[in-house]
Amino acid sequence: MGVGIQVENLNAWYGSTQALHDIRLNMEANHATALIGPSGCGKSTFIRCLNRMHETTPGARVEGNVKIGQLDAYDGISPTLLRRRIGMVFQKPNPFPTMSIYDNVAAGLKLNGYNNRKEMDQIVERSLASSALWDEVKDFIHKKSGASLSGGQQQRLCIARALAVEPEVLLMDEPCSALDPISTGKIEELIFQLKTQYTIVIVTHNMQQAARVAEYTGFFLLGRMVEFDKTEKIFTNPSDKRTEDYITGRFG
Amino acid sequence: MPNPETKQLEISLWRRITDHLATLFAISTVVLVLAPLIAIFAYLVIKGVGSINLSFLTQTPKPPGEAGGGMANAIAGSVLILGIASLLGVPVGIGAGIYLSEFGRNRFGDSVRFVSDVLNGVPSIVIGIVAYALVVLRQKHFSALAGGAALAIMMIPTITRTTEEMLLLVPGALREAAYGLGVPRWRTTLSIVLRTATSGVITGVMLAFARVAGETAPLLFTAFGNQFWNWKLDQPTAALPLQIFTYAISPYDDWHRQAWAGALVLIILIVAAVAAVRLAVRHGTLGGAA
Repeated sequence: MGVGIQVENLNAWYGSTQALHDIRLNMEANHATALIGPSGCGKSTFIRCLNRMHETTPGARVEGNVKIGQLDAYDGISPTLLRRRIGMVFQKPNPFPTMSIYDNVAAGLKLNGYNNRKEMDQIVERSLASSALWDEVKDFIHKKSGASLSGGQQQRLCIARALAVEPEVLLMDEPCSALDPISTGKIEELIFQLKTQYTIVIVTHNMQQAARVAEYTGFFLLGRMVEFDKTEKIFTNPSDKRTEDYITGRFG
Repeated sequence: MPNPETKQLEISLWRRITDHLATLFAISTVVLVLAPLIAIFAYLVIKGVGSINLSFLTQTPKPPGEAGGGMANAIAGSVLILGIASLLGVPVGIGAGIYLSEFGRNRFGDSVRFVSDVLNGVPSIVIGIVAYALVVLRQKHFSALAGGAALAIMMIPTITRTTEEMLLLVPGALREAAYGLGVPRWRTTLSIVLRTATSGVITGVMLAFARVAGETAPLLFTAFGNQFWNWKLDQPTAALPLQIFTYAISPYDDWHRQAWAGALVLIILIVAAVAAVRLAVRHGTLGGAA
């Protein structure tokens, strides 16, 4: 089951450049939260702080509190353990090219030392089914490489790979920006189903997408969170002038 | 004013000519590159194939004047010495390459890179002297081990730099995908980065292997050569390049013929080793992999 996310006083830097300023945000369990804003506004940096991926960039630094459910992400837990509980889907599909479809999905389990073959078979099938890919690939999951699939299938494979480790939170960093409208539609449908079991945070440039999949939306600008509210409110009656300007296409 | 249509025709004619010239140039450079290779191989076959027979492949050298004899001990010795060289050189080279690509973005990494490039340019005879000083003098014996050590030192810089280059080609997105699954960094490096770059790394290893397989100079005062069978690591050992060298500068026609045969066998062995490794690697990877 998903857990809620609480963020307090989050600041992040790349070298001496501050990318995030005092972010404060509560995300509800088993809901989808969309983050919108112009390029470079810090929304990707923000979700990379949630699973401590930000600090893998040389020179990057984070301060503040992030609570994933009861767990303090920046205190008393190693980044690798934290990331096993938080799945991440990236902008460009990035399946492991040397691995079969099966091995791609099982990668998180295998590489973390799990090797119960029978259970692994079930987990792989279940994960591929949850990412709506099982029917399309079930005949050749051992024979074909993950890289041989189409872009949209690769992205769903990456979602299956993230789900296989049974995370509580799923972070999606512009998961559809490299995909065509049909694949995008499939992934959006998927987000709809997945949010019954996972807490989803999705960064998107596509405001219609935010409106379609998310209950809550946050608007980022220049490293600050300008407004966070129910999606409906953000898109129909935003409180902040800058949000209104952005969603009506006056800038950004 | 020329008619625009003729002008267009002229351009396309000129373009066609340059197009053909460029193609011709590309083809002739390929021929230029391949010609010596084919010529050498053909010449070796012509000169050497007549002397390759069962006794050449199974017997040790006979004293001068006696007919027959072969290079079996030299073939075995080469296999032994190259085995030692690979066992010593490949892990060190790959390890250093991994360090440079994954952890070496600092001054120490830069100095390792510099030293490695310098080592690549050191004449092989100098490396032979180093192995002589480090191994032979201490053991008080010429030995297969010393020969292997000399060749290993020659393999390391090539393997290090190609491994580094190949690992750097692996997209950062794959590393992030692994980190995102909670895979520790060491495991990501070995199971994702190195595995994705396997075929490139193997190419570097085979390049280094093929290069040192034919080396004579570093073996002169390390492995030294031996007219008899030897399987002991701490004893003087025959090697094909040494045997070829000895036979080629001898005054006997029979030995000259055997030197040609030895050279042919050496090339065949190198090609076979490279092909075998390639085949094994291809067998281990999936169809459709990028």
